[in-house]
Amino acid sequence: MGEERRRLAEEFSAGELVSALRENFESGKTKSYEWRAAQLKGIVKMIDEKEGEIVDALDDDIGKPKLESFVHEIALARSSCLLALKELKKWMKPEKVSSMIATFPSSAEIVPEPLGIVLVISAWNYPFLLTIDPVIGAIAAGNVVVLKPSEIAPSTSALFARILPNYVDSSCIKVVEGSIPETTALLEQKWDKILYTGNAKVGRIVMMAAAKHLTPVVLELGGKCPIVVDPNVDLKVASKRIVVGKWGSNNGQACIAPDYIITTKSFAPKLIDALKVCVEKFYGENPLHSADLSRVVNDNHFERLRRLLDDEKLSGKIVHGGERDAKLLKIAPTILLDIPDDSLIMQEEIFGPLLPIFTVDDIEESFHLINLKPKPLAAYLFTRDKKLEEKFVKAVSAGGLLINDTILHFGNPNLPFGGVGESGMGSYHGKFSFDAFSHKKPVLHRSFGGEVSARYPPYTPNKHRFLRALLTGDVVGLILSIFGWPRT
Amino acid sequence: MEMKRVVEEAREAFESRITRSYFWRSSQLRALRDLLVEKEAEICDVLRKDLGKHYVEAYRDEVGFLIKSVDYALGNLKKWMTPRKVDLPFVCFPSTGAVVPEPLGTVLIFSSWNFPIGLSLEPLIGALSAGNALVLKTSEFAPASSSFLANNIPKYLDNKAVKIVEGGPVTGEQLLEYKWDKIFFTGSSRVGRLVMAAAAKHLTPVCLELGGKCPAIIDKLKSSRDMMITVNRVAGAKWGLCSGQACISIDYILVDEKFAPVLIDSLKSRISMSYSDTKNVARIAQMQHFERLRSFLKEPEVAASIVHGGSLDAKSLSIEPTILLNPPLDSQIMKEEIFGPLLPIITLKNLEDSIGFIKAMPKPLVIYAFTKNESFKKRIVEETTSGGVVFNDAMVQFACDTLPFGGIGESGFGKYHGKFSFDLFTHGKAVLRRSFLIEFGFRYPPWNENKLQFIRYLIRFNYFGLALMLLGLKKS
Repeated sequence: MGEERRRLAEEFSAGELVSALRENFESGKTKSYEWRAAQLKGIVKMIDEKEGEIVDALDDDIGKPKLESFVHEIALARSSCLLALKELKKWMKPEKVSSMIATFPSSAEIVPEPLGIVLVISAWNYPFLLTIDPVIGAIAAGNVVVLKPSEIAPSTSALFARILPNYVDSSCIKVVEGSIPETTALLEQKWDKILYTGNAKVGRIVMMAAAKHLTPVVLELGGKCPIVVDPNVDLKVASKRIVVGKWGSNNGQACIAPDYIITTKSFAPKLIDALKVCVEKFYGENPLHSADLSRVVNDNHFERLRRLLDDEKLSGKIVHGGERDAKLLKIAPTILLDIPDDSLIMQEEIFGPLLPIFTVDDIEESFHLINLKPKPLAAYLFTRDKKLEEKFVKAVSAGGLLINDTILHFGNPNLPFGGVGESGMGSYHGKFSFDAFSHKKPVLHRSFGGEVSARYPPYTPNKHRFLRALLTGDVVGLILSIFGWPRT
Repeated sequence: MEMKRVVEEAREAFESRITRSYFWRSSQLRALRDLLVEKEAEICDVLRKDLGKHYVEAYRDEVGFLIKSVDYALGNLKKWMTPRKVDLPFVCFPSTGAVVPEPLGTVLIFSSWNFPIGLSLEPLIGALSAGNALVLKTSEFAPASSSFLANNIPKYLDNKAVKIVEGGPVTGEQLLEYKWDKIFFTGSSRVGRLVMAAAAKHLTPVCLELGGKCPAIIDKLKSSRDMMITVNRVAGAKWGLCSGQACISIDYILVDEKFAPVLIDSLKSRISMSYSDTKNVARIAQMQHFERLRSFLKEPEVAASIVHGGSLDAKSLSIEPTILLNPPLDSQIMKEEIFGPLLPIITLKNLEDSIGFIKAMPKPLVIYAFTKNESFKKRIVEETTSGGVVFNDAMVQFACDTLPFGGIGESGFGKYHGKFSFDLFTHGKAVLRRSFLIEFGFRYPPWNENKLQFIRYLIRFNYFGLALMLLGLKKS
């Protein structure tokens, strides 16, 4: 009963919040360049002044190493904000487009305008970046924003609620903390866009709720991101990049972290040796106590990963690691070889420090194996063979592809970041964020000249001839029909 | 063939990878062009049967219009299909980046009855250009057009990858149970919501082309020539466009009260010149819609506001071009999308109040404004929201392939026409390529303060500062 009352109370306040925000949007103040720039500058200032607190919150929530927090969350958010500030004037400019002969004489432009009030629901694994980065795009596009940080990273969520209002216009940029009841109440409201980062199950719920209000959505989901390793590689460099992409990205708890490896049977032992050497070099002999590895976020996820690892189909398949400490919520970097495809670990996104390796006879078989599964957010290939690279780019569908490295494409504002199929829809980063939160309004200017009576009834054969020439680009026919030839 | 098999066959065709090649896409587009050219008379005939459209109107809005779109797609296809190289920031050096367009897969297109050929084939052009397999569900309310497409499309296009499914709402629901890679829907916002909710189950992105009440703002025009042209264009976009049964048709007019009598007189004379003969005006598509329009006029206050026309003929499903002056704003005709030949004129004391008037309504697909007042134009663009804005003309924007066409809010989302159609049915795959050449140790754990410091400099300093850092490191 208490729970129900609480829910109703939340629902009520979500409705009030949204109507207040709608009024603030209607006032038009978020549309100006000055407002947008001031908010973005506020965020940069917040990042600069509160870096220490952000690092602490991330440590608290996931035990994230300071350097990872800095590189993956703070620096990326900051540069994304600076880029938006630098480019904002250009992004906001209407784009002139050429108009067509069918509408001659006219001029046409596409005017970007804010969508209105938008909701950003973020995830716990990169709780700072994945919350602030879409917000940067939404602000740059001139929207009013509500951000709902993940309750699974409570320290970062609380930090946002506490500090963000001090740096931005809190009448138009709101933080709402909470879990399922609050999110549900928010989703019942009418938004002009919703960006959700998380899993496919909740993604479906978000889209279903959005359908009621005809609200477009961006869904940033995950998936099992594969790495294909060709024997023709620089093994030393490749293994370092794989290890840092897997365990150096929040200990595998990242939507673009490599999920599994496919390599050839003969090359697998060499690859495993190289990976082992790297893991030991990076995280020492006792990785459970390494300060450079994030922990598993909470008991639920630890239990989930333990269940995947203790699947009896996996017995004898662990070739490295496997140690765990339930108290510290730590699992050591773990490599598994030749596991059966029907094992639990291959049924869901791993989202943790376990890395299965599959072997094939011919490396190109891997493309087919990848395409049998739902489309992942990212797919990786390590090779020196340019032809194989070309084939991979053509054959494999994923949100993004990265050749000879891991994760790096995420940090690139000139590439759209987003999924396809089960890994989501819509994309953001850099200008794509601005576009995701903008309505590109076409504006066609005509004068009172260029009047063509063929457009109007009463219809005659010559009008028909004229239209045919006009629409099929037949210039001679067009001129003839203007003079009324051939006469009928 | 049962539906399951139809859907499977389309998916198999896509998975065979045949639809991906430039050759396949361009040959499909050329075949579609052949169909339009060879079957022009037949198409115009089915449109006359379904909607009573005049041959020239049918050619202008559907056949000729589609040929223009196919030609545009054929002329640009190679360019659209080329991966787009992107610049990369220094942190990624040395590497190259590109956005590679790839087809989404097997897509579902729901078409509508008011332009049963045009609204079927225009999105189809986009889906084919982008290299998708597709299933097109035609509208059961335009039966002649529907069976024309079902009979002819398989003869001209690859009948494994391009499927036509005929049927009503039940067929539509059954189709929605399958997993698609994109759903394109043209129709009402009520059904649009159902389509999106069904799509959510499979995480399928949707494009919803809905409608809304599209206003036309008409300013006082001093020159009689401007006035004449405005009236031509307004009348053309109302009665010459499937008798107002078009999502971009003018729904109502906003005008200065002093100017209203002049406008009404000119519209009346325009009607008697061009739209009094029923063969020049399409009829109402079905009895159900005829009844809906009739019920608008049954409200006594609405009936009293009729200043021209108002006669209906249930037998021929025709409704006379009708002008209403200031029907009550809370009447059904001012709340619902009219989608027929009734044209309410709302007078305002000050025409600039039209901005507030439009903002109080759901966002329309398009706003038309006939004015020479530049500052008023600027206010309209900046202060209102709609799928698009057109100054001093109506309905021509639909033919402008360089402009995106689509709605916002209640009028839908997702954009098509020209390159936008291609993009709509394409996944822009981000591809970043790196080599093994340059390798920085600071990227890897074990982490220490030096590495953090280095990265901090790398991210915050310019290239020159970075070079100094690198030199500094070399020394130590």
